[in-house]
Amino acid sequence: MELFSAKEVSKNYANHQALTKVSISVEEGSIFGLLGPNGAGKTTLIRIINQITGPDSGSVWLDGKPLKPEDIDQIGYLPEERGLYKKMKVGEQALYLGQLKGLSRRDAMKELKIWFEKFEITAWWDKKVMELSKGMQQKVQFICTVLHKPRLLIFDEPFSGFDPINTDIITREILQMKKDGATIIFSTHNMESVEQLCDHIALIDKSKKILDGPTQQIREKYKSNIYDIAYRGDLDIHGHVLAGKYNILSNEQNGMGNKLSIQYPDGSNSRELIRDLIEHVEIVSFNEVIPSMNEVFIKVVKQNA
Amino acid sequence: MHKIALIIQREYMSRVQKKSFIILTLLMPILMSALMILPTYFMTMDDEKSRTIAVYDGSSVILGRLESTEFTKFKFIPEEEFKNIKDKVQGSDYYALLVVAPNFLTTKTVQIISGVSIPFDLKSQIQDKIQSVIEKDKMAEVVRQTNIPDLEKRIAATRTRINIDTIKLGEGGEAKKSSTEIGMLLGYIFGFMIYIFIFIYGTMVMQGVMEEKQSRIVEVIISSVKPFQLMMGKIVGIAFVGLTQFAIWVILGFTILSASRSFYPESAQKQQIQNVMSQSQDATQTAAPQADKMQEVFSMIDTINFPLIIGCFLFFFIGGYLLYSSMFAAVGSAIDAQEDAQQFIMPITLPIILSFIVMMSAIKNPEGPIAFWFSMIPFTSPIVMMARIPFGVPAWQLILSMVLLVATFVGMVWVAGKIYRTGILMYGKKPSWKEIGKWLMYKS
Repeated sequence: MELFSAKEVSKNYANHQALTKVSISVEEGSIFGLLGPNGAGKTTLIRIINQITGPDSGSVWLDGKPLKPEDIDQIGYLPEERGLYKKMKVGEQALYLGQLKGLSRRDAMKELKIWFEKFEITAWWDKKVMELSKGMQQKVQFICTVLHKPRLLIFDEPFSGFDPINTDIITREILQMKKDGATIIFSTHNMESVEQLCDHIALIDKSKKILDGPTQQIREKYKSNIYDIAYRGDLDIHGHVLAGKYNILSNEQNGMGNKLSIQYPDGSNSRELIRDLIEHVEIVSFNEVIPSMNEVFIKVVKQNA
Repeated sequence: MHKIALIIQREYMSRVQKKSFIILTLLMPILMSALMILPTYFMTMDDEKSRTIAVYDGSSVILGRLESTEFTKFKFIPEEEFKNIKDKVQGSDYYALLVVAPNFLTTKTVQIISGVSIPFDLKSQIQDKIQSVIEKDKMAEVVRQTNIPDLEKRIAATRTRINIDTIKLGEGGEAKKSSTEIGMLLGYIFGFMIYIFIFIYGTMVMQGVMEEKQSRIVEVIISSVKPFQLMMGKIVGIAFVGLTQFAIWVILGFTILSASRSFYPESAQKQQIQNVMSQSQDATQTAAPQADKMQEVFSMIDTINFPLIIGCFLFFFIGGYLLYSSMFAAVGSAIDAQEDAQQFIMPITLPIILSFIVMMSAIKNPEGPIAFWFSMIPFTSPIVMMARIPFGVPAWQLILSMVLLVATFVGMVWVAGKIYRTGILMYGKKPSWKEIGKWLMYKS
């Protein structure tokens, strides 16, 4: 079921087109990756979802209804540029931000206790934010974002500033929230975490959406007939008949086992490739190379340039 | 609505709980009174520097007749010495050289030669002394010619100093003894307070907006509330801080007033006067009026319409504050760093300072055209009108001024809200006026 959608959203600033007819649809309970190079328009779209700014044209929908100002309490937003009141105490501040999202003071207190214990930061309650390290502040801010158990969460670079241990903790929490039914829009430049987390992605470049689909499908779509093959036997690829028919990307022969990376031309297929290979070597393994999101990203954005 | 209350509460509590606020609130009345009393005190303080002034009298009119005072000594010098030092007074033992030319009686001008600029007090002291010598001579001449006995005393007796009791007619025609001086003082105090409040709390709003923008928390907050709510919450919260401070000052003021009144109980004063009266004539002339004056001041304070003044103060404070603080908020939202603020603050502070200058003249002439017009213009009216109110302002003027102020601040808050909304999310470039103008046109 669709929880959130944007339909043909456009936004123009003075002399800069931030979004051009961008449509996205986010399934309930999924993690949706919002990708794109710097300045592509992601932040503008996120701000429109948060109703910080409105679209010039197009519409945004939550739960099949046009997004209303009151819906703001059902959304949790972690902006890329983090910020807390530096001179305010951690606990007081978290309570305040929770209440601004519609929680009662008591409920906010109850939730905060759970989170502070989970993250083992109860000792920070009466500290001023400026006394905390950057990573600590990020943790507090993460809690403030999810405290009110929003149905739709928007994380903009949630892992920046975290060490690997904390990144792991946050990843676990995000997956747990998904399991609990939360819908997450996830914006990042870290493509590894996209592969790890996102069910679906949309890629925005130069104000337009240029790619949209389930993460696996997209990677499948961008595979380019490349196979990694482990083989036994001797294969001198120079002047070999295979090199005439296929594009040999690499061929390593050493004691550990021989590896060949090969690409068949369009119009051919893997069956033909196997047939040709069997004539020369003994195949140990045969794997199709699925491009990483990183490769897809670079490829698509470069094509769009 | 609930959320804006939360914002107001945070803005209020985070400031009122600060030690600096508590200290400043208690110290300010002391500082203020010191600020008003000290200059007067310094002015009345005597010049306590010892100086010797050489006097060469070519006319012999005042020769030997300038009496030295405790700190200023006059030494009459002969012609030779005069010729010796006249070009090098700095190097001599004298502070200055007073030269009375032979034709002094016709020119009526003397010269003071000195290596430094003569203090104003010293100059007028010498002037007075010479004048009284001449006047004495002339008087003696008149006495000699007319031969009227005791003429000097009789002329001195004609010198009269009168007092003016100003009576203000109330609505019902009841006569009240009012005091122009107290009106001026009150006008000054209240005008000055609005001036200070707009400055302090207006900049506080700007600082607060900048803090939120710089710490980037603003994006988190406006994903929970509308930017306009955040701006108004801050402005209103800080207004309450100002009102709290004002309330504390009013309570302190009245406490001091009633304390000093109980210090001078009415019956005790009368007793005192009678006691003094029965003692000596001389004493009555000095002591009694003083005690009487205290009593009079108190009774005049009673005639002042404090509810009206405080009511108007609250109105004009809130109106003026809303008008200016919304502009300060807009500026705070538009800039990234304090250093960029100056260019935008100037046009805001200029009318505030102008109001203060106009106020100084308005307390002297509260009915004049300058006082009238500036108490109508919304950008100056909060301060200027406040200075006029203790003197009584026609109802239609007061109402017109209030309506204009309300209309302007509503418009200004609207404009500021639009600038604010865009400004708080703009980073990295110093905006120009033109740029800010464009923000007004943006759709939300």
